[in-house]
Amino acid sequence: MSIQREINMAEALNEAMREEMRRDPTVILMGEDVGVLGGVYGVSKGLLDEFGAERIRDTPISEDGFVGAGIGAAITELNPIVEIMYPDFLPCAMNQITNHMAKIHYMTGGQLTVPLTIRTAIIQGRGSGADHAQTLIPWFVQTPGLKVVVPSTPYDAKGLLKTAIRDKAPVMFFETAKLYLIKGPVPEEEYLIPFGEADVKREGTDLTIVAICNLVREALEAAEQLEDKEGINAEVIDPRTLVPLDKETIINSVKKTNKLVVVDNNHLACGVAAEIAAIVAEDAFDYLDGPIMRVATLQIPEPVAPPLIKLMLPNKDKIVAAAKKLF
Amino acid sequence: MVKLEETISNEKLVELYREMVRVRLFDDKMGEFYARGLCPGTLHLSTGQEAVAVGVCANLTKEDLVTSTHRAHAHTIAKGTPMNVTAAEILGKLTGCCRGRGGTMHLSWPEMGMLYSSSIVGAGAPLAVGAALSATSRKTDQVVASFFGDGAANIGGFHESLNLASIWKLPVVFICENNLYAISVSVKRSTSVKDIAVRSKAYDMPGFTIDGNNVLEVYKTTRSAVDRARKGEGPTLIEAKTYRHHGHYYGDPGTAYRTKEEVEVWKKKDPIVWYRKYLLEHAIASEEQLNNIDKEVETEVAEAEKFAINSQFPGPEELERFVF
Repeated sequence: MSIQREINMAEALNEAMREEMRRDPTVILMGEDVGVLGGVYGVSKGLLDEFGAERIRDTPISEDGFVGAGIGAAITELNPIVEIMYPDFLPCAMNQITNHMAKIHYMTGGQLTVPLTIRTAIIQGRGSGADHAQTLIPWFVQTPGLKVVVPSTPYDAKGLLKTAIRDKAPVMFFETAKLYLIKGPVPEEEYLIPFGEADVKREGTDLTIVAICNLVREALEAAEQLEDKEGINAEVIDPRTLVPLDKETIINSVKKTNKLVVVDNNHLACGVAAEIAAIVAEDAFDYLDGPIMRVATLQIPEPVAPPLIKLMLPNKDKIVAAAKKLF
Repeated sequence: MVKLEETISNEKLVELYREMVRVRLFDDKMGEFYARGLCPGTLHLSTGQEAVAVGVCANLTKEDLVTSTHRAHAHTIAKGTPMNVTAAEILGKLTGCCRGRGGTMHLSWPEMGMLYSSSIVGAGAPLAVGAALSATSRKTDQVVASFFGDGAANIGGFHESLNLASIWKLPVVFICENNLYAISVSVKRSTSVKDIAVRSKAYDMPGFTIDGNNVLEVYKTTRSAVDRARKGEGPTLIEAKTYRHHGHYYGDPGTAYRTKEEVEVWKKKDPIVWYRKYLLEHAIASEEQLNNIDKEVETEVAEAEKFAINSQFPGPEELERFVF
């Protein structure tokens, strides 16, 4: 067996789109700077050359217009991917996303399907100010009809994006820009990752940590530190998709460890951590030995000053501190 | 020069009459349903505006697509959706075109090209652009007609859509059904231009302001726009000036913001009354022929009524279907 190759997340996502576009001629990609430039992070690099300007469309800065167009194309037999550069620009298209993309299938009694995938790159913590820093993921988890994907590794990103493109339901696909250049093992051969299957990134017996996006790495580092310095053996779970959510894996882990820390890149109020905490409190209350701890982005807009950013975002140290309170 | 109506067969000219009567009598029945307390939600009627929906849709093939608005009945019926499933949908019944999930403002019947009605003002235009992009990409010769009101001409999505359709030369016919009021606000107070069609200039496409109560004018103008779109020459903006006899919704007399005199003036310009007279004066149809059409449509509406009333509401097993 050959040694498994390693590629970064940007390359993995590029491969996912390339493979799906080769497989299915109805797959197109639209968005700002996705064509000639190949995406502001190079995720769609080379796709214009291979597939041409009909299928790889640079759009004007008209999020409402081209997200709506993506939906219109999706309900008429195309299978579009639309890139919204950063989640902060999603509000420009929220009308189309919440009122059409999420609901047309239901509102037409199943006559129309919306096989549209919206990809976006979170740049939280970059220091570009509060309108270039948001995650906004809970907005979409709250909206019935949307599937929500939050990959943390190149392997997951590729397998989940291929599944998203093939899914007949609309999918919000949240990438994290600071993960783009980090390498990880990705097999050469084709694979898909089904939605609704969490991945246990680290097995443990004393504590369950659920984390998403870039915070999976922070959680894994925190787990190492907890083991080395405190003798606490933590299990780290990455749900990978928030809709559908693999509740079973989380609850079974809590039944084993009896303690839960939920780590969330979204703001604290009504965030992903809040939802997971509520599910566990409802379904596994009797198994808990202590309060459910949330480590989430503070409920303030993101400042530019680096020391302040550090204070507001979740990180390894905050996860360790939360975990220690449970012992 | 030969007038275009002289090139239209008498059969087609009479068909335009029938379609307008179908739209009118269907809407009258829906108003009656509402008054009887049978309609969930609200109800927007197109009474007085029939010539726009009919004149446009008469140029479209079954494969061509339509996006509509909160005032959706006229477009839905004119595009060929059966009356029975439309009426049932408006009552929220399982036999409705959207299985009781869409209702009056969200009618859809893709098998006849009635793609979708968005009740969010101006939000249908981007969908039409996407459907046209798809048609181009799939190399069909489909044309997409996107209906919207004067109110939509001031929202960003309208402008973004015209720009996208223009830069990508898409087969869209944008039809602004200008009934002069966005709920209560007159276009004179809301809109920077007297004629909305002049906005086509900003997007480098042809624009026409026409009498929306004259079905022949609507038919002719749309024909040229549809031909242009089908030939791959790009989009057109048509502004059809018209008027709603009712207020914004059924039960709104519409006189808090319009004078009674103004309403009366427009009621005298009723598109169906005018066109009936036109057909008789030009000996295109006889009184008896038109009376028969009226009766046939009355029967069709009565059957749709029976179907809708006798249909069941969706049961609990329907609640979670089609979320994904």
